[in-house]
Amino acid sequence: MHHDGAPVSILFRIVANPLELRGPSVDIVNSVPILGPCLADLSQCAEAFKIGLFNGLIIALIAIGYTLVYGILQLINFANGDVFMVGTMLTWIGVSFMGLREGSPASLVIVTLVVLLVATMLITAGLNASIERLAYRPLRNAPTLATLISAIGMSFILQNVGQAIIGPSPRSVPQLLSNKPLFEIGGVSFALNELFVAVITIPLLVGLTWFVQKTRQGKAMRATAQDREAAGLMGINTNRTISLTFLLAGALAGGAGLVVALYYGQTWWFYGFPFGLLAFTAAVLGGIGNLTGAALGGIVLGLIRALNERYVDPRWTDVVVFSILIIVLVFRPTGILGEKIGERA
Amino acid sequence: MTQVVTLARRSLNPLSGLTHDPRQRRIVAVLILAALIYPFLASAGLFPSWVPAPTTNNLIVMCYYAVLALGLNIVVGFAGLLDLGYVAFYVFGAYTTAFLGSEQFGFHLSWWVTVWIAVAIAALAGVLLGAPTLRLRGDYLAIVTLGFGEIVPLMFKNLDKININIAGQKIIGPDFNLTGGVLGINPIDPPTLPSPFGKEIIFSNSNPHASLYLILLILMVVFFLSRRLRDSRLGRAWMAIREDETAAEAMGINTVSTKLLAFALGASCSGFVGAFVSSYQTAVFPESFNFAISITILIMVVLGGMGSLRGAVLGAFALSYVSETFLPWAGTFVNPPINSLGDATHVAFFTNFTLSAYNYLIFGVVLVLMMIFRPEGLLPSATRRAELHGEGIAAESTFGTTASVAEAATDFEEAAGELPIADWSDAAGAAAEPTHAADEPPPSNPPSAGGPA
Amino acid sequence: MTAVATELILEATKVRKEFGGLTACSDIDFTIPRGAIVSLIGPNGAGKTTFFNMITGLYEPTAGRIVFNGRDITGAKPHEVVRAGIGRTFQNIRLFGNMTAIENVLVGLHHTLRGTWWQAILQPPSVRREEIRALERGRELLNLMGLAVRESDYARNLPYGDQRRLEIARALATDCKLLLLDEPTAGMNPEETRQLTTFVRSLRDRLGLTILLIEHDMKVVMGISERVTVLDHGEKIAEGTPAEVQADARVIEAYLGRGAAGEG
Repeated sequence: MHHDGAPVSILFRIVANPLELRGPSVDIVNSVPILGPCLADLSQCAEAFKIGLFNGLIIALIAIGYTLVYGILQLINFANGDVFMVGTMLTWIGVSFMGLREGSPASLVIVTLVVLLVATMLITAGLNASIERLAYRPLRNAPTLATLISAIGMSFILQNVGQAIIGPSPRSVPQLLSNKPLFEIGGVSFALNELFVAVITIPLLVGLTWFVQKTRQGKAMRATAQDREAAGLMGINTNRTISLTFLLAGALAGGAGLVVALYYGQTWWFYGFPFGLLAFTAAVLGGIGNLTGAALGGIVLGLIRALNERYVDPRWTDVVVFSILIIVLVFRPTGILGEKIGERA
Repeated sequence: MTQVVTLARRSLNPLSGLTHDPRQRRIVAVLILAALIYPFLASAGLFPSWVPAPTTNNLIVMCYYAVLALGLNIVVGFAGLLDLGYVAFYVFGAYTTAFLGSEQFGFHLSWWVTVWIAVAIAALAGVLLGAPTLRLRGDYLAIVTLGFGEIVPLMFKNLDKININIAGQKIIGPDFNLTGGVLGINPIDPPTLPSPFGKEIIFSNSNPHASLYLILLILMVVFFLSRRLRDSRLGRAWMAIREDETAAEAMGINTVSTKLLAFALGASCSGFVGAFVSSYQTAVFPESFNFAISITILIMVVLGGMGSLRGAVLGAFALSYVSETFLPWAGTFVNPPINSLGDATHVAFFTNFTLSAYNYLIFGVVLVLMMIFRPEGLLPSATRRAELHGEGIAAESTFGTTASVAEAATDFEEAAGELPIADWSDAAGAAAEPTHAADEPPPSNPPSAGGPA
Repeated sequence: MTAVATELILEATKVRKEFGGLTACSDIDFTIPRGAIVSLIGPNGAGKTTFFNMITGLYEPTAGRIVFNGRDITGAKPHEVVRAGIGRTFQNIRLFGNMTAIENVLVGLHHTLRGTWWQAILQPPSVRREEIRALERGRELLNLMGLAVRESDYARNLPYGDQRRLEIARALATDCKLLLLDEPTAGMNPEETRQLTTFVRSLRDRLGLTILLIEHDMKVVMGISERVTVLDHGEKIAEGTPAEVQADARVIEAYLGRGAAGEG
């Protein structure tokens, strides 16, 4: 498979991606039941599931960043998607700097990627925490709206910085990891670049969950999310805890950025918006503030998108995704895994 | 102790059109006059190229963004409903005009008729898209509206090949083209008026003078409507909902219909602009309606000061001036040296540098700095300032008249210092009479405040 | 003292509220005679506020019926309840902080006014007259509460006591027949509390209101109530005159058996 199987937002497809749109012409009513065509060709269907799963894992990484920050500050960190974009950009810069290309020696590629992964995550973590320090912390006691607007402002700033560095159109990142089928399970082939997605995203997801559940700092984070004031009274340094949250969210976004740059083979200054929106939708779907929920939400969204692209019409993918977002928010605002909270009067 | 009857002046002045203050009224008159004369000065070549003077077309853009900002201000500033997808309503207005005044379906209705249909459709869209959000608060509302802002333009983009078959029967199709897809609808009939000088007047970008007058008229009408709404029973209900929805409901306000009215009336303003812009540009394209537009309008409202009418207009003027006029103008000086630096150093960033591409960088910086240092906006409504800066504004009035009220308020403070605050039983002593005499004028002096316990 | 009149202004029959599996109010029968001052007391978590919220329409009862002034208001929306003639204050003051005192009262008058959105735009003489009358009425209410000098002050800048008064002024503006006061003396010193008690009684006497209090301060409750209803664990455990209730064994147990009655 090649990049065109990747369900990148059509927002970006139309503007910059000249790749042809696949799928049947629109016959909304007749093509909605996915089950029929899926059963008719199981390996095709499994292929769609596979693509959905890998994309879902990436979305999950970004989604956790949203959910962590929302959990602790009740803030939709609009800039999170753009921090992710910076991750794709840093990967592109690193790969170009090292002069890597398709067919570079494997050992060099591996070493570079490991170093790049660490460097990217460190830089994006620092970036995200600095954003918090500069643009959100001064507004700690202001209405949430003020912080949200500040976040939108930071998002614009990062996009423009990206535009200055990358240029107006997307840049391709060399195909360092082969997309040729490596092995097959039940008629579904897996390529190296897909394994790479799993190898990076799954440990990060697991590691983060472990960190938040088991470590002291993780417990401080959860306490702060529950009740910032009380946590402060109990001796938790809430400012440091909030910084830590942004560090983690930024690191995950950077990791996702590296994966996307290599898997989709592109970086673009506008990536942050469609991916960010998608990830936020995933976080909401899973119940915002809920880590497992965000991860599951990301995977569910990835699957929905992949199935929609294959069996319905890619042009409607975003409409489907946002409709899900709206329906979930309107009918079950606490998300699928969220607790039901009534407003006290 | 004289009470300043600002509220009565505010709500009940028969001339409460664009402003109440006679001094401001003169300023407004001068501004309007200047806008009317401006195109003649501009086309006469009165402004040399080293002056960043907006062209008439720039001025038109500034005006229609001002109308959009006023509309969003009703939703966000008055009723406190953070709408990140205002563009959704705008699309409806624009496409309604396009459908009814183009070759798309062969209707060529007069613009003067379609504009009202566009306003009505936009208002209806406001109700339909607003309805699902009524139970939501704060951020969730923002995200749902953002979702609508993404979905609606996408629908218009995608609805160019509609096939709907039900049970094998073709209902719509084959490939019914409703919206013209990515190509949009082009051309659209511009508004025309018969002219006393023979040729009819066309209000499109080929005739910016006339178009400017039209959008100025729309701007004044919308400003006037906003002002009247703000100062009414409905305006108070909006503000009450913004302040505390539960308490507003417990005071007898039907929050559902009141919020829907905010969406409908806010959206109807964008209906005006949709009708104007699509015919002024004589085309609509789905790609021109995106999140950036919604956010730009929101920034204008925030920049000016949420809830403030003059602020919304100023914010819109400032931002669209910067992006339409100032940056391209400054670019003519800044770009060439940087580009030649790029040619010399072979750095692509310098070679391709265009100042106006960094429009949103400036917006972003402005947003962050504003939130940190002046969250109430440039021309805040006093209310908003109170909310964002906390205490210490007791002496200021919402009602715009500053000096006299401040003075009066000081009086109150002094008086309160001298007198013991009325106690409960005393207050009750004064209870019976006035309450039963609702239609009589109030006593000229507050009777109960003076009684020592 | 017994009830002033035997006619009932509010009659709640077997009102029940369940949240998930939890029963917050269990088949409560409760009546208020017209013109009476009635109190609802009970330890923390007894279901007082839940019951209050069912009367004011914030919660819909799971079962049961609430009739106010001859009208079934079971499950009515809060704004419909206000229109039926029930006004309220909040335990933790909920004024419109960034609106002035007079504007707060004008919001209370909202449903007594008729102006629609298009009348707001056209401002016909009828609406202008209505606004003038509303303003006058709002000033009267501020006068009544001793807040005339605070007319143009933002509600959030008022001292605590004035905020409590303004909330009552705002509730009175709704032209209510029944006034619900949710812990009106919370945060007040004994002197202020005494004044308020007198004031509440005079409101009833002079304006012919019926008043329902939720209170913790036993002195207040016993001093002005004609009838007291005690809830505990979502059930009505006693009802009667203050003296009767004070002597009731279950009430003593509910309060003293489990320590003092402090609400958090």
